[in-house]
Amino acid sequence: MNRALGLGFLAFLVSIPFWIGDQYLLHILINAGIFVIGAMSLNLLLGYTGQLSLGHVAFFGIGAYTSALLSLGFDVTTFWGGELVVGPQPVWLSFLAGIVLAGLAGWFIGRISFKVRGAYFVIITISFAEVTKLVALNWVDLTEGPMALISIPPFSVSIPGIWEATFYGKTPNYYIMLAIGVVSYIVIKRLVNSRLGRAMVALRENEPLAMSVGIDVTRYLVLAAVVSAAIAGAAGGLYTHYVRIVDPDVFLFIYTVTMVIMVITGGKGTLAGPIVGGIIFGVLPEILREFMGPEAQWVTYGAVMIAIVMFLPEGIVPALTRFWERRKESRDASDRMITGRAASSATETPSE
Amino acid sequence: MDQLLQHLINALILGGTYALLGIGLTMIFGIMNVVNFTHGELYTFGAYMLFFVVMVLGLNFFVSLAVAVVLGIILGAAIEFTLLRPIRGANIDTTMLVMIGAWIVMQNSEQWIWSGIAKSVSTPFPSDPLVFGPISVSYYRVFVFAAAILLIVGAHMLIHRTKLGKAMRATFQDSDTAALMGININRIYTATFALGSGLAAAAGALLAPVFVVTPTMGNIAALKAFAIVILGGLGNFKGATIGGFILALVEEFGAGYISSGYRDAMGFLLIIAVLLFRPTGLFKQAERIG
Repeated sequence: MNRALGLGFLAFLVSIPFWIGDQYLLHILINAGIFVIGAMSLNLLLGYTGQLSLGHVAFFGIGAYTSALLSLGFDVTTFWGGELVVGPQPVWLSFLAGIVLAGLAGWFIGRISFKVRGAYFVIITISFAEVTKLVALNWVDLTEGPMALISIPPFSVSIPGIWEATFYGKTPNYYIMLAIGVVSYIVIKRLVNSRLGRAMVALRENEPLAMSVGIDVTRYLVLAAVVSAAIAGAAGGLYTHYVRIVDPDVFLFIYTVTMVIMVITGGKGTLAGPIVGGIIFGVLPEILREFMGPEAQWVTYGAVMIAIVMFLPEGIVPALTRFWERRKESRDASDRMITGRAASSATETPSE
Repeated sequence: MDQLLQHLINALILGGTYALLGIGLTMIFGIMNVVNFTHGELYTFGAYMLFFVVMVLGLNFFVSLAVAVVLGIILGAAIEFTLLRPIRGANIDTTMLVMIGAWIVMQNSEQWIWSGIAKSVSTPFPSDPLVFGPISVSYYRVFVFAAAILLIVGAHMLIHRTKLGKAMRATFQDSDTAALMGININRIYTATFALGSGLAAAAGALLAPVFVVTPTMGNIAALKAFAIVILGGLGNFKGATIGGFILALVEEFGAGYISSGYRDAMGFLLIIAVLLFRPTGLFKQAERIG
């Protein structure tokens, strides 16, 4: 049933560009989709390993900057004095490089930060994101700093010398987003349903116990961080080649918070949670925009976040699932009761 | 050499307010086990309240400082009462998320109320600097330093010389036993949060005339406070005081001799390094506050 629901939802998503004529709406959906991918990757850490990483935007930004820089080409004076010149690379290659570099950053930060837990971990991840932001802001030779990298080429496919297509439009970008989203979903799903995913959940629930049965905790955490960072990097690359401009604002802490809100609202530790939360908080701003300014919107988000953590701590998806199951159970139970009563009354009548 | 002295003086003066910020945060963490993301917003709140009372209501500057601190204490108590009390005993991630939510609400409310335009506050101090040979310091900065030291000593006395402080230390050591001994734990938590918030508001109000007041000024302040607390060890009062000065030194010399663009990165690199090599902070983990 779940599978059918998932495929039905996917078919619905695929059909959207056919009946939505409004390009602006499509733009909103692409943006929401990019955030959903980011939220899915965060969920791997936050939901499955239970580590609250508040530096997630760093991986998104690293993916975005790497992909942008490689596709534009750059030259930079290296620390040892030489000059490094890289010509413009094909977009798909830059995109992959962005994923790889984000994954490497995830490995590095995982190696460092998983020595500590709880509050220390949260703060070290925030620090990492702030440092990457300051580097993007100050390494003007490479990143242009606040002047931003502009005219980044969009995604394209080509058979060299014969045929080439460059995707400027909303519709192709929507499908690219959807494809990357589906691939990310499948990767995460396979990961959490594997032995590895069970190990992650085990260490989330009880780390000492997980260690005592021989789970190499740090190794699994680092692996989760690498996959999570790589997917966030993919979202960053997607963003960069869609919007075609990137500045240090991609590292804003508020984006990490947005992803956290999406995961928490939808339900951390569930596959569908970040998608539900991401769609709600990706589309909600556009609806709310009619009624209130951005500050009021953010005040509302903050309040919603507090309310959800306090009153619906598991998030929407688990709550709905439970509601559904309970309803089914009570329906079954009442069915049983009715038939039971009928049966007993049937046996009782003769004795009277 | 002259430049070195000047950096040293600047670091000392900056360190006082950093220490104030760090102490408030470390107390709240140590006693309540709450990572307080609203700390930076209380810093901002203090600055705006000073601006409001001095520039809008037109009261005396020193009275306004006191008013800002008292309002910070009240706001802190209100946050503790409405947000933290209902989720007492929840795990640290839950409280952290609630505090992040509160932080977003507060910051955007400030932006909403005051708009994004930076505000400046004038002081009754003369604007020309005090000059000692090669170094110069503004009168107001000297006042900030003195006030910060006074507040730090005051907080220290409160923790070590009063009954409330004794109850706080008892709660820090073992909250269950403290409760059994008849200490009203809930009241201690509220008092701790209010005191920490008051110190943050004081830091914000003191620095408002030095910098300008903006709705987002609290973000970097909060991150620095986290850095200081990590340097000193979570829950370590003395560690936070010294950590504040260390961070100020590293920033000042980093900005002066390496690159001013990376000034704010120094603190983060420092905590990454500390967590790598001495995860429990530079000082021995405090067994009790003090």
